[in-house]
Amino acid sequence: MKRSRAAVVGAAETTQLGVIPNMSQVQLHADATLNAVRDAGISISDIDGIATAGESPESLAHYLGITPTWIDATGVGGCSFLMHVRHATAAIEAGLCGTVLITHGESGRSGIAAAGFPVPIQGSLLQQFETPYGTTGPATMFTVPVLRYLQRYGLGEDVLAEVAVVQREWAAKNPRATFKNPISVDDVMNSRMISYPFRLLMCCLVTDGGGALVLTSADRAKDFDRPVYIVGTGESVETPMVSQMEDFTTSRAFRVSGREAFKSAGISHADVDHLMLYDAFAHLPLYGLEDLGFCKPGEAAAFIRERNTAPGGKLPMNTNGGGLSYMHSGMYGMYALQESVRQVRGIAAAQVPDVRISVAHGVGGMFAASSTIVFSKDGV
Amino acid sequence: MKDQTRPLPVPTPETAHFWEGTRQGELRLQRCVHCAHVYFPPRPFCPKCSSAEIEKFAASGRASLYSYVISQRSIPGFEAPYAIAVVQLEEGPRMMTNIVGCAQTPEALRLDMPLEVAFAKQSEEITLPLFKPSEA
Repeated sequence: MKRSRAAVVGAAETTQLGVIPNMSQVQLHADATLNAVRDAGISISDIDGIATAGESPESLAHYLGITPTWIDATGVGGCSFLMHVRHATAAIEAGLCGTVLITHGESGRSGIAAAGFPVPIQGSLLQQFETPYGTTGPATMFTVPVLRYLQRYGLGEDVLAEVAVVQREWAAKNPRATFKNPISVDDVMNSRMISYPFRLLMCCLVTDGGGALVLTSADRAKDFDRPVYIVGTGESVETPMVSQMEDFTTSRAFRVSGREAFKSAGISHADVDHLMLYDAFAHLPLYGLEDLGFCKPGEAAAFIRERNTAPGGKLPMNTNGGGLSYMHSGMYGMYALQESVRQVRGIAAAQVPDVRISVAHGVGGMFAASSTIVFSKDGV
Repeated sequence: MKDQTRPLPVPTPETAHFWEGTRQGELRLQRCVHCAHVYFPPRPFCPKCSSAEIEKFAASGRASLYSYVISQRSIPGFEAPYAIAVVQLEEGPRMMTNIVGCAQTPEALRLDMPLEVAFAKQSEEITLPLFKPSEA
């Protein structure tokens, strides 16, 4: 494993998750930030770098009373916060800043001062060549490639249901999960059709919440309680138009980002104790397992069916319950990062024994962007 | 489908030839003179080799059904259930569209089924390239 340059020394979500009708979007950022800063044992005035998406960095800085010397407002949807971790690690290493705050807050359900789902620019290629055909958002866009994937590998729609069932098993162990009741494949297949072949229980939740991370250099991190080291990172983008993906059975952005992250960490798949794969819809863990190289093309469904990712399996995945059962405010990536950090620290609700390496992998837009972070308990 | 109220594309200088083509009953693609790459959506240069030496041509209009979803929620211009499809054009590129002249069901919409373009006039300026099951 390569040497780590930076570490997470503070991590927290909003005090409440789910339905938070008494907080605006920016206050969700602030609530998570105050929790994360308290977790790190620092004060707001120690922060000299900020990164955020969905909310502007200037409104965040003003609201929190921060005067930053380094700013990253990379906004590519749900995996923006993973990219922020990557960029902050580089900035800390370059000496541009010493203590970075990364925040997410989204009033996805209550819609209080919320950014909302981006409307395509009039005349953009997306607006000209996708919007006229009745797309209504992620449920009718993110889902478009899956029938081709299922056909190529001779799989049925029930493999999507199996993803949701296993994740609900994890959610059942998590008091903060939105949905905790066990479900069966039949329950998922019989839930209301949203966008064929996707039934309701194959689609993510729509909730309110937020999260924040505090990063500093690996050297300084030694003075903190339970630092979680960043040992590998990756990122890429492909296209904002799902119809123009190179291949509907694999994501180029996933492959490139994952390869970079594993290479920069100097680890192999066998080293990974815990995995978070952003699951806005039930097909994403299938693509993620294959595109990150945990499974061969077409074999992820069987890997999940054989309970490798379930409680007790060899590759515990989406152990908070995921976007399907835990929470999904719109840009879920922050919650994947938070669960990776909790697992490495050993404080997760559904704690996996002795997690030394956790990988968090995110998506932005409809397979448009991707970022991957490798966390380690060991500073090296 | 109540086509009068669906959102219509706003052409730009780089795409005007495409929408002029559909008005005239042609599905216009672009081909790189340098590397022969055929591509879509329109750009005044080749996205593969960056050459600005490109030519426009009328595609055959033949395609096959590559993938789709069937939305269950009616929106202005669309009565549910309706399929949002991606078709593979004979010339190589793929495009999003709707499938007409065919039940909007998984049984009727079979992947790889042959399709042909069906131009659907929406306004004086905009005619959309929809697709229907091939008669051949």
